[in-house]
Amino acid sequence: MTEAQLADAVEAMLLGSGEPVTMDRLRRAVMDADAEESESEDLLKRIRQAIEDLKQASDRRPFELRETAVGFRYVTRAEFAPFISSLKGQQPPSYSRATLETLAVIAWKQPVTRGEIEQIRGVRLNSSILRALADRDWIRVTGHRETPGRPALYATTRSFLDYFGLKSLDELPSADDLVTDAVQEGLLEKRVSTRGEEAVAESV
Amino acid sequence: MMQTDGNGRSLARVRGVTLNEFPSDLYVPPEALRVFLDSFEGPLDLLLYLIRKHDFDILEISVSAVTDQYLQYIQLMDRLDVHLAGEYLAMAATLTAIKSRMLLPLMPSDEEEEEDPRAAIVRRLREFDRIKRLAEQLDEIPRMEREYFPAAADGNLPRDERPLPEVEFHQLMSAFSDVLLRASYREHHEMTAEVLSVSERMADILAQVASSKHFVPFVALFCLEEGRRGVVVTFLAITQLLQNGRVNVVQNGSYAPIYVTAAQTGRQR
Repeated sequence: MTEAQLADAVEAMLLGSGEPVTMDRLRRAVMDADAEESESEDLLKRIRQAIEDLKQASDRRPFELRETAVGFRYVTRAEFAPFISSLKGQQPPSYSRATLETLAVIAWKQPVTRGEIEQIRGVRLNSSILRALADRDWIRVTGHRETPGRPALYATTRSFLDYFGLKSLDELPSADDLVTDAVQEGLLEKRVSTRGEEAVAESV
Repeated sequence: MMQTDGNGRSLARVRGVTLNEFPSDLYVPPEALRVFLDSFEGPLDLLLYLIRKHDFDILEISVSAVTDQYLQYIQLMDRLDVHLAGEYLAMAATLTAIKSRMLLPLMPSDEEEEEDPRAAIVRRLREFDRIKRLAEQLDEIPRMEREYFPAAADGNLPRDERPLPEVEFHQLMSAFSDVLLRASYREHHEMTAEVLSVSERMADILAQVASSKHFVPFVALFCLEEGRRGVVVTFLAITQLLQNGRVNVVQNGSYAPIYVTAAQTGRQR
């Protein structure tokens, strides 16, 4: 197969599969369909190159080739989302603050128990939120904490990463003030000694 | 009384004083107050709002001032018969306790062991603040169904519609008894009877089946190391999933291996 043919085949597979496809599945499919292609590092490299070429080729198209935790897939470009939404006649789903905050705690602190989520947010967690997140296949129970009651531990799934267009958890925005925290912690310690004085000042 | 300066910025002049903003202590009707309270995700959120509103740094908060502010809200809610969740009252108690401790002079000997009473609440506020901002960032990430839609030559390709062979229940039972038999060989390895949950097992199986592109052999779902109890729980979980229509079992002919596969409904992407 020439490089151009390979790129066409990869494009056809991505468009025809109707679901994200991993590099490994692409490689196996090429080998199965074309007896001349043998299992080698070289083929993997060529498919990778084909994907790069396809990405560039779609520069002038209203769709783009994206890679997430579950594989490669063509998606329509963000600028056309309003057209598609109005074509479908429905608003894109939006999520409540409670849902997003719960998801954020699970994503950044995983694995966490329900109690830890409640502790961080300072409010009781409505069970329907966890159920809805599990139904969307964004979170799942990965185990149990070995404490009394053996509470379930929640973590995010690959579908979660896929939905938010991420390849791995490392791509989540970082908790940006983590560095300054250590410094501020130091300040807090120091202030303990001045506490007596402030108490006087506040009581005046 | 209304008077506008050249830039149209002033709201009004009251007794010779120019006002640029609405007074913050305007009367708030109970309905609005309820809406106001509903817009907070709990006491930490309200506390954070009060701190921000008064331009305090979280680390610099005067607990006394914030506590007074917070209690004013709580009392107002109470007077107006606005239903308050217990968490708001618990926070009021915590803040009052901290305030009272701050007012007491420190015993010199306590100084090293005792933590600043504000430290715990400040830590929680910072943690909450961080999660709140991360949630906002998460919401801004371009995502499926909002920025992106899957593009395909035909996104709704008909699935393989060939009817899969039916599995008789007695065949399922027979396969299960094989597993039980094999589990019995290992029985003596069992050290403690761990509590196993059917619903948890259902989730595990579903995940295992859903993540597999191919059919999962029926027997592969069992973990023989768990002994008789383990395989019974797994079997119950599979039958429950079958009943709920979340999985299908298929077999290519009599006495052929039985396979489990995720049900196709609702997973068409």
